[in-house]
Amino acid sequence: MIEAVGLTKRFGAKTAVDGLSFQVKPGHVTGFLGPNGSGKSTTMRMILGLDRPTAGQVTINGLPFRELPNAQRHVGALLDAKAVHGGRRARAHLLSIAQLSGIPEKRVDEVLGVVGLQDAARQRTKGFSLGMGQRLGIATALLGDPQVLLFDEPVNGLDPEGILWVRNLMRQLAAEGRTVFVSSHLMSEMALTADHLIVIGRGRLLSDMSTQDFITHNSAGFARVRVAGNGPDGRVILGTALTKAGGRVLQEPDGALRVTGLELPRISDLAHETGVRLWELSPHRASLEEAYMRMTQSSVEYTSTDDPRAELWEPEPLTVPDWEEEVQAPVVPAETAASFFAPPPPGSAARPFLMPGSPADLAPAAQNSPEEPR
Amino acid sequence: MAFTAVLKSEWTKIRTVASTSWTLACALLVTVGISALLCSFVSSRFKDMSAAEKLTFDPTMTSFAGMSLGQLAMIVFGVLVVGTEYSSGMIRTSLAAVPRRASFLFGKLTVATALALVVGLATSFLSFFLGQALLGDHGIGIGEDNVLRAVAGAGVYMALIALFSMGVTAVLRSSILALGILMPFFFLISTILGAFEATRKVAQYFPDQAGSKIMETVTDTTNQVHAPYGPWGGLGIMLLWVLAAVLGGYLVLKKRDA
Ligand SMILES: Nc1ncnc2c1ncn2[C@@H]1O[C@H](COP(=O)(O)OP(=O)(O)O)[C@@H](O)[C@H]1O
Ligand SMILES: [Mg+2]
Repeated sequence: MIEAVGLTKRFGAKTAVDGLSFQVKPGHVTGFLGPNGSGKSTTMRMILGLDRPTAGQVTINGLPFRELPNAQRHVGALLDAKAVHGGRRARAHLLSIAQLSGIPEKRVDEVLGVVGLQDAARQRTKGFSLGMGQRLGIATALLGDPQVLLFDEPVNGLDPEGILWVRNLMRQLAAEGRTVFVSSHLMSEMALTADHLIVIGRGRLLSDMSTQDFITHNSAGFARVRVAGNGPDGRVILGTALTKAGGRVLQEPDGALRVTGLELPRISDLAHETGVRLWELSPHRASLEEAYMRMTQSSVEYTSTDDPRAELWEPEPLTVPDWEEEVQAPVVPAETAASFFAPPPPGSAARPFLMPGSPADLAPAAQNSPEEPR
Repeated sequence: MAFTAVLKSEWTKIRTVASTSWTLACALLVTVGISALLCSFVSSRFKDMSAAEKLTFDPTMTSFAGMSLGQLAMIVFGVLVVGTEYSSGMIRTSLAAVPRRASFLFGKLTVATALALVVGLATSFLSFFLGQALLGDHGIGIGEDNVLRAVAGAGVYMALIALFSMGVTAVLRSSILALGILMPFFFLISTILGAFEATRKVAQYFPDQAGSKIMETVTDTTNQVHAPYGPWGGLGIMLLWVLAAVLGGYLVLKKRDA
């Protein structure tokens, strides 16, 4: 079990990790999800006692890593696949690490077999591909047969077969009752691997719940509405009516409208009242990937362009139609988009989006924030 | 976790990279080779030397003439042993397995210094015997006064130069930075400052100049000025430098994020 309490790390003026509190329990694969630069690696380094927290603390089975007796037998970690001396052969590298904890030499050959590197054991690691490096890193983590395992982006550079292998290995390790903490910046990967998700952005906790709950809570439903002939006139008339009725409308690239906050029958009624014929009115769920992107969007550190409107960047070019801006002038579109799929937590906006204790907890929130899609 | 485990691991690390053998081989070959060249040169020109020069001629020191160059390879060895942990990121893998940083550092320094000492002693004895053979009649035997001290001292000197470099690299946490400071320091600055009357008073307290006093058997030869310390005093001064560097390296490793 890994437990972080108010974990904070500042590098000069830059806050890499900001008051993180979470628990990683045994028997599960816990995914640690966040965009690049969100503080995942820094958190992992603090767990391993490599970086000293500016504030807060993190313990493994109740003790700070540096105070664990025979640490390697308790905790195994893959931090950086490239963190090996390129001139050393793979087996010698593993042996040198094994000897630090008195791990017998035959265990080195065992883990080489487990990760499928037995044929590369006598190669110098500078000739390794990134995928082979990841396998060597995983072998290092497994050396001490530890109860707690940390993997920082283990699937980076792996081919599909390798990714599948890592996924199965993680699940198997967790099934053996171990604590498995895996970071990734890919939602799609974590949705398949992890039972539990801890999502961070800019060093802050955004969400901490089971993968199942994350899916139910975040892939919010929406209605796709396409007006007859796909013409702009009908779109504007209907869009304005929908917005006035309390719905939120986004425009898809092909002209269809995405509506949230209104039930399908209500949309149909409004279309009828305004005399707009419909070609499509269908219920949908946003993909998990989209939900994650929207959740972390405002906290993405490195966007792809120098566009001053980079904050508005969206995975799929959904646009906020004109009428929407007129009606909701003060609302910043990016925030609109973000709160669309990842509704702000009930109560204070500063509180991370934690799992509510019971469904009843959510009910009043729905009344307080009419903008939330229901 | 026992200290012996760290020693074992560090021994595996040091013997499984190529840089260990080539730097140490270089240190030995360069020292022995250049010393031998100089000894045969001196031997052939001995009769042309002035009376004063003949009187203060130190055959032991002459047979270590290549050490000023050979020590540079020792410096590279010391720098790489510590520096590659940082440049490769291996330090994080190592410390994730040995959280006790003092054990890690002192284990590494112990193994590397012991190896440097073995190679240093091999170098100094080889250099001495080959040099004396080439000097022929002008040479000196190992049994003469102070000679064994000088020859063994030369080996210790090389090990201490390596250890000093390891300490400095642990402070700087970078091979390139450490080489960029140590190489010019030992190869240029110390030599240049030692060549002028005015600056020599400072330079004689530098680790290499103080430490190399241990290799002299004839004091105050013509090309040397009187130093305010003897061979053992000189080695002591060098040892203080080494201790300071190692302590600095330890404090940096202990305090800073890896
Ligand atoms: N040693 C360091 N010095 C200064 N800034 C750092 C250091 N390590 C990480 N950072 C900064 O902290 C932030 C988080 O980095 P990191 O933990 O590597 O994120 P992630 O692993 O999620 O991509 C980044 O902005 C990064 O630039
Ligand atoms: Mg990272």
